[in-house]
Amino acid sequence: MSTYEPTETLDVKGLSCPMPVVKTRGAVDDLESGEILQVVATDSGSMSDLKGWADSTDGVSMLEQEEAEEDGDAVFRHFIQKE
Amino acid sequence: MSSDADAPVDAGAASVEDLRAQVQALQEEVSDLREATDDDGQKSMTIIATKGTLDMAYPPLILASTAAAFGWDVVVFHTFWGLDILHEEKSKNLKLSAVGNPSMPMPNAVAALPFMDNVATSMMEKKIKENGTATVEELIETSLDMGVDLQACQMTIELMGYDEAEFYDGVTTGVGAATALQHMADADVQLMI
Repeated sequence: MSTYEPTETLDVKGLSCPMPVVKTRGAVDDLESGEILQVVATDSGSMSDLKGWADSTDGVSMLEQEEAEEDGDAVFRHFIQKE
Repeated sequence: MSSDADAPVDAGAASVEDLRAQVQALQEEVSDLREATDDDGQKSMTIIATKGTLDMAYPPLILASTAAAFGWDVVVFHTFWGLDILHEEKSKNLKLSAVGNPSMPMPNAVAALPFMDNVATSMMEKKIKENGTATVEELIETSLDMGVDLQACQMTIELMGYDEAEFYDGVTTGVGAATALQHMADADVQLMI
């Protein structure tokens, strides 16, 4: 389990590229500075895509990414902080 | 001797003044250049979308909406069959061509049968739904919401006999090649799809 306490959680389970990134953008825009967004996805591409997005977008940083199993399905959790 | 001693001092003073003037001129030039090129580091992308089949509608829309999520300034210029992507009714009925597609699990002679495009399209639509992939309509609405400028080429609107009212709300019409080129010239990424 992550050590980060998210302010908000965005559930994009079942959605595939480009929706996890696109919806994350919208959710981050609604955050205040310093707050943390947890994104929960089932798209395995989200590991690379959300990292790439966070690295090349100003004002956000990827704190942690983890893969877990939930009801037999792989779930990818991303913790993103708005700077 | 005194005149000899003064001479280098005078020359030094003059060259310092010269250098000051040169530095000032350069500072002004740099400042003007900064002003002219200042775009806050925002990247920009122009895509030319020319195809109107189901499979070819996706790449421009996926790249455009993702680039908008990166905060880029994005223009997608739609021309010829690419206009069908922006056509509210046609965008919901884009077809996949079974003929000439080596990835289709059937020979061209079978693919050419009249109903095969519909079969291939239905198969693809089913896969899109099962995979949780967004529909073309969803990607258009998302792109527009995120500030992507979806442009419809005026010349081809008229060539194809379309009415501007048939396009999604928010689509830019009344634009041509010059508008597209103007954006492309300043863009960091230019793609023709």
